[in-house]
Amino acid sequence: MTKTVFEKSIRSRPVYDELQPRPGTAHLCVADGEGAEAVCDLFAKAGTAAAEMLARSHIIYVPGPTGTDLFAKVQALGAAQCHRSPSFWAAEPRLRKVLADAHMGLQVYLAGTETLIGLAQRDVIEAGLPHDAVQTEHRGSLSRRVQCVHCKGITENVTTDPFTCSHCGLNLFVRDHYSRRLAAFQGVNIDAEDPGTVPPAVERFK
Amino acid sequence: MGFEFNTETFRNDFTFRNSPRAIARFPFPFDRDDYMYSVNMEPHVPGRPGSVFEHAFDVDEHYLAEMRDRDLVLKEDPLRCQSLPHMEMAGWDLLELIMESKARDYPDWFELHRQGNKWHWINKPMQIEQKFTFLDSSTLPYGPMEYITRQTQGDFTLQDQRDENLWIEAGMVTTQADWSLDFDIGMGFHEWHAPVPLAHEKGVFDRALKFLLKLQHGAPVRRFNWTMTVDPLLDTSPENYPKWGPTRAEITPENVGQRMHLRVELQTLWRLPRSNAIAFPIRCYLIKFDELVTQPKWARRLHRVVRDLHPDLAAYKGFLRNRDTMVAYLSQYDDGAPTSPGWWPED
Repeated sequence: MTKTVFEKSIRSRPVYDELQPRPGTAHLCVADGEGAEAVCDLFAKAGTAAAEMLARSHIIYVPGPTGTDLFAKVQALGAAQCHRSPSFWAAEPRLRKVLADAHMGLQVYLAGTETLIGLAQRDVIEAGLPHDAVQTEHRGSLSRRVQCVHCKGITENVTTDPFTCSHCGLNLFVRDHYSRRLAAFQGVNIDAEDPGTVPPAVERFK
Repeated sequence: MGFEFNTETFRNDFTFRNSPRAIARFPFPFDRDDYMYSVNMEPHVPGRPGSVFEHAFDVDEHYLAEMRDRDLVLKEDPLRCQSLPHMEMAGWDLLELIMESKARDYPDWFELHRQGNKWHWINKPMQIEQKFTFLDSSTLPYGPMEYITRQTQGDFTLQDQRDENLWIEAGMVTTQADWSLDFDIGMGFHEWHAPVPLAHEKGVFDRALKFLLKLQHGAPVRRFNWTMTVDPLLDTSPENYPKWGPTRAEITPENVGQRMHLRVELQTLWRLPRSNAIAFPIRCYLIKFDELVTQPKWARRLHRVVRDLHPDLAAYKGFLRNRDTMVAYLSQYDDGAPTSPGWWPED
């Protein structure tokens, strides 16, 4: 799967680029699902410098929300450290430790779903890394992590609009308004003004 | 000061009313017969005596009732007041600005006595007397921003300035026009304004940010914003939208004059001296259509503005579904006569 093309949107909606190898003292890749292919492409672009880069690389990989597991591909790259976690939440303590131990010159590469990129980016920002040391590339599912603005509960892997809040049960439409602090889009009650009038759910975020 | 503080509510039985004095000094936001977004900022200098521009922070007949309503909102939802850890100095700056302004402008109600960092604040209308040490938050019952904004009408946000951007990183937001501090806190200038239609394309936010980055201490500026609200509900938060949203479907030709309110925000912007942050008070004024049409110029003009507003703006401001009913009501008060330029009702 190649780079995702996004519709024109509002300015809080994150945008993503393509990962490019950059000179650094160490390299940290965090990826889920199809993001594995972006990581492979990254090292392919490095050409003759790839071996030296891999010797200073740490890859953390999580299967995607639809079950895509390409760990064998990233493992075959031969990075100094390559770790598979069953979920982002299982990987997060390791990610935070790596970020806390980081020295000047660490390059961070995030690839895969928006949820993975958003959650990992939040940890990177909290660790105080300069934002220009982080690159992101979207691959795979467009499913969203959405905060209900009413009850504050977060529903993971939302694929339809509207959807039902997994916490309070309200029918929510999904805005493009995005909070990096929450790593989530905003969900707002769609039938507040006319209770019970809910349009059919459309699969917008496959 | 020539008026009493009202005993009134902004919820349930909605006993909020404007006195004839409050109607006459209402900050009508339209200086012409049409409306489109613009940066529309002007120096926040003292204005006509008796107007909402007379003082830095206007205190009016709704003061005590608004402070009671704020307390109720915060009891229900403490997330309406948040401050990221690095914003405490900006909170002290804001506390100083408000205390100095109110003690200067309303000496019969507010007093501030200072000996070095030992401060003594007296708020007579709210019956508060507080001795505390400036810059020592352990000597106040709340953080400095929360302490002073529990005693000051209007919402407040504090913006940190870095990387050629403004970051909304603290706020007291209980009288908002449908935006969530809890969701937006931490965002950059263009991010928290992202949902606003049409204005980005017109370059309004690029110009506004450029202007605000250069805002100087001692030279505050102001602008208006506006929307429409059914019933005098201060807390039109997205958090509570399922509770107040249904009232938008209850407007009829018979009740529109009583229940539809023009909601005006007098927004001011202040550079703060120690933190270099920008304070953004958003003061909300409400007036029901029946009160507003007692001023003939405003009635004519509001009719024309509402009738001709771009549908995207009417939708964003939440009154597209009621526009026809509002226009029909207001048209009764528009005889087609020309209106004079500017806001003032009599000029």
